[in-house]
Amino acid sequence: MSNGRAGAVHAIEASPNAAKAMRRKREATPASVPAIRRGDALDVADLPSYGFGTRSLMWWGTLGMSAIEGMGFALMIIVYFDLKSVSAIWPNEAPPPDLLWGSVNMALACLSVIPNLLANKAADDQDLRKVRLWLVVVIVASLALLGVRWLEFHSLHVRWDASAYGSAVWTLLGLHTFNLVTNIADFIVIAAVVFTAPLDGKRFVDVSENAGYWWFIVLSWIPVYAVVYWGPRF
Amino acid sequence: MNSSTGSLRGIFRFSRRPQHALREQADAVVGRGEEVLDGAGFGSKAALALERTWQDKRGVVGWLETNDHKRIGKRFVVTAFLFFCAAGILSAIMRTQLAFPDNDVVGPDLYDQLFTMHGTTMMFVFAVPIMQGMGVYLVPLMVGTRNTAFPRMTACAYWLYLLGGLTLWIGFAINTGADAGWFAYVPLAGPDYGIGKRADVWNNLINLTEAMGLMVAVDLATVILKMRAPGMSLRRMPIFAWSILVTSVMIIFAMPSVMLAANLAQFDRTFGTHFFNPAEGGDVLVWQHLFWFFGHPEVYFIFIPGLGFISTIIPTFARRPLFGHTAIVLSMIATGFLAFGLWVHHMFATNLPEVGKSFFTAMSFMIAIPTAVQIFCWIATLWTGRLHLRVPLLFVLAFFVIFVLGGATGIMVGSVPFDLQVHDTYFVVAHLHYVLFGGAVFPLFAAFYYWFPKFTGRMLDERLGRWQFWLFFIGFNVTFFPMHLLGLDGMPRRIYTYGAETGWGTLNLIATIGAAIIAASVVIFIVNFARSLVKGALAGDNPWGAATLEWGTHSPPPAFNFVAVPVVASREPLWAREADEPTHVSGLSAQTREGLVTTVLDALPDVRYSYPSPTIWPAVAAVTVVVWLFWSNITPSGMWYGLIPPAIAFTLWYWPSRKETAEELLLQRRP
Repeated sequence: MSNGRAGAVHAIEASPNAAKAMRRKREATPASVPAIRRGDALDVADLPSYGFGTRSLMWWGTLGMSAIEGMGFALMIIVYFDLKSVSAIWPNEAPPPDLLWGSVNMALACLSVIPNLLANKAADDQDLRKVRLWLVVVIVASLALLGVRWLEFHSLHVRWDASAYGSAVWTLLGLHTFNLVTNIADFIVIAAVVFTAPLDGKRFVDVSENAGYWWFIVLSWIPVYAVVYWGPRF
Repeated sequence: MNSSTGSLRGIFRFSRRPQHALREQADAVVGRGEEVLDGAGFGSKAALALERTWQDKRGVVGWLETNDHKRIGKRFVVTAFLFFCAAGILSAIMRTQLAFPDNDVVGPDLYDQLFTMHGTTMMFVFAVPIMQGMGVYLVPLMVGTRNTAFPRMTACAYWLYLLGGLTLWIGFAINTGADAGWFAYVPLAGPDYGIGKRADVWNNLINLTEAMGLMVAVDLATVILKMRAPGMSLRRMPIFAWSILVTSVMIIFAMPSVMLAANLAQFDRTFGTHFFNPAEGGDVLVWQHLFWFFGHPEVYFIFIPGLGFISTIIPTFARRPLFGHTAIVLSMIATGFLAFGLWVHHMFATNLPEVGKSFFTAMSFMIAIPTAVQIFCWIATLWTGRLHLRVPLLFVLAFFVIFVLGGATGIMVGSVPFDLQVHDTYFVVAHLHYVLFGGAVFPLFAAFYYWFPKFTGRMLDERLGRWQFWLFFIGFNVTFFPMHLLGLDGMPRRIYTYGAETGWGTLNLIATIGAAIIAASVVIFIVNFARSLVKGALAGDNPWGAATLEWGTHSPPPAFNFVAVPVVASREPLWAREADEPTHVSGLSAQTREGLVTTVLDALPDVRYSYPSPTIWPAVAAVTVVVWLFWSNITPSGMWYGLIPPAIAFTLWYWPSRKETAEELLLQRRP
């Protein structure tokens, strides 16, 4: 069986600079070269070593996880309305939650999209300085969201163990908070990585994908907010 | 099967020298600072470098750290099979108790635990994990890649599953076995009636096994969509990969339902919430909806991989390509969709609106259509093929008989009036075993016999296999057929004994004799397994002359699966290929764990991919998650503080090492 690559194996002398030389050679080849037919073989050596969006495996993994968590939210909302449908009075002997902090968080979530988009773009451009900047801004925004969330729990006017209504709103809000906290933890860990060299290109993909997951946090907040705050009012 | 098959197989061949010798040779031949790319054949420098790159560490550390899909897949299968045997022993105890009227081998409390543990273990700890485990082992080989998409997640999933299964059984051993049925209906499993920690253990098991199921589903779906060998467009994808893809997507949408349900029930138990407490506005029927919205699709994600086995095995032993490949794929997808519209047929005895029930009756009938399409396609394949009647095919043929009978009783219980008559009787027990045993366990044994040579390099003994098959087939029918009659005669499920005046004694005794025959059959399988592992005939790469890619590499496959990633030009890549097509990929690094990402529809090479290296953190993370769950059962604050260890473990799992980053930079090319 012949080696598919003509003169195939790169022989780079064992010297301290070998690695650098090899890297320079690879970086010098023009980007996005497709696989090349060489004899019986399909040579893929010149393909990129990472890709953004649907080209990245982790993008698909994140999509799967978002589908799972989205299903969790959807089912919890169904539980909320099922419980509402079997109750004569809803909310059971409790005033509806105050609109203030939930609505503030809705606004904050919408605003957080801007630095998140910028972080995403900086990651796609592989601009380390901007990635660091916007990642910090997103973390600050998400921590603000978490702080307001604390106030939200205090303005529900019902305990989780007071009634099925209380159980449902605490769980809905809790489920979203759990997702929020995990994403903030992801942001912080990734920020810690991008502030400590040496980096490779895949870390930009991580930033880009975590920014994508933030969209899930923001978009899932819309139905959860609507149900928790407006569900008891109709 | 044209002559170019030979040349294709040549590239998969790999020297058979003992592993340690290979490693030493690899160290001697591949110098430092030298870049070695794959694509060369056996005995090449690249093959030696691959061997060194993909080997796990030796000893316990290597065993705990490994993320090789083959090692993990085998662990899944062996672990699940042991749980199958354990749950089978419980059913033997139940059958012994029921063999005679007014028997007193076990009392009612233990009996409750026995049937709950049996059902829970079979469904959550055996059936789903073993199907996913077969997927973990086979899918990367079948689609021509070197590992799963997220190998560390695969490893973590296994540890979560193992610990979940063990904690369930440890609970049982210390009189804390789940006892509210495999569906754990509330209020029986709620805070008022589910006393002690029995229901908590069950809820933890659900969290752990479903987390496992979801992780493996996301992992395998990504492998199938993004890591197929170049040329393996969707229309050329093997049916088993289709079956795992359909199953994975179903799992992603179904399993969150039971996880949510188990957590709401646990909140009721730990935090005093009222989801299932009607006195405070709760609703017990929500539990049934959430459970069966998962529970009915679950039947199909046990069954659809079984369909995948059958569609893979039949062409091999009929010596022809599968008849109606496209129809079969579309049927599996249709089954996947329809499976989500059946759950209420488990709830016909509740006070739901009658019109709604009619819808679910119609859906229950409709799902027979895609299954029938597949059965006709298989019959056509067998009819027009040249049959080799080996043990795997025997199990497949038995599947036809048993599953069609189970399907027929399925149509019966799908209609509301009939269901109300036999609800909670042994008729349903007979039906569900015909469907699940017939639809999953028979195909699974076919798969064991079929792929054992690939897993181990040796053949299972054919003569013992035939003995096992006939005992299994006869024992199964002797056990479960009488249950139809018992059910029609009104014998309820889940009773620990019955009076002699009922007249159920004879049929029950027959069923118990059948169970003993099944047990004998399983013992023969275990003997066959153990003997063949040591002194079975050597299998060679492709003992059955099969068409799919896993048979194109060694048996058992090397750690890196393929010495060169294959290029595919047909649905039966080892049988036929176009002239003048490339046969394999070259240019992936042999010194780091590199693979190829391809496009979703056409499988065009797109991006090179560095597989993560093995690490201990997935195992540690799994342990911390289990600690968190049990901690939160004991004290509510465990729910919060218990999260800290998993957070640390998952962070360390992700944290890139300097060595990995350096390797990555060495091979890096920007998109």
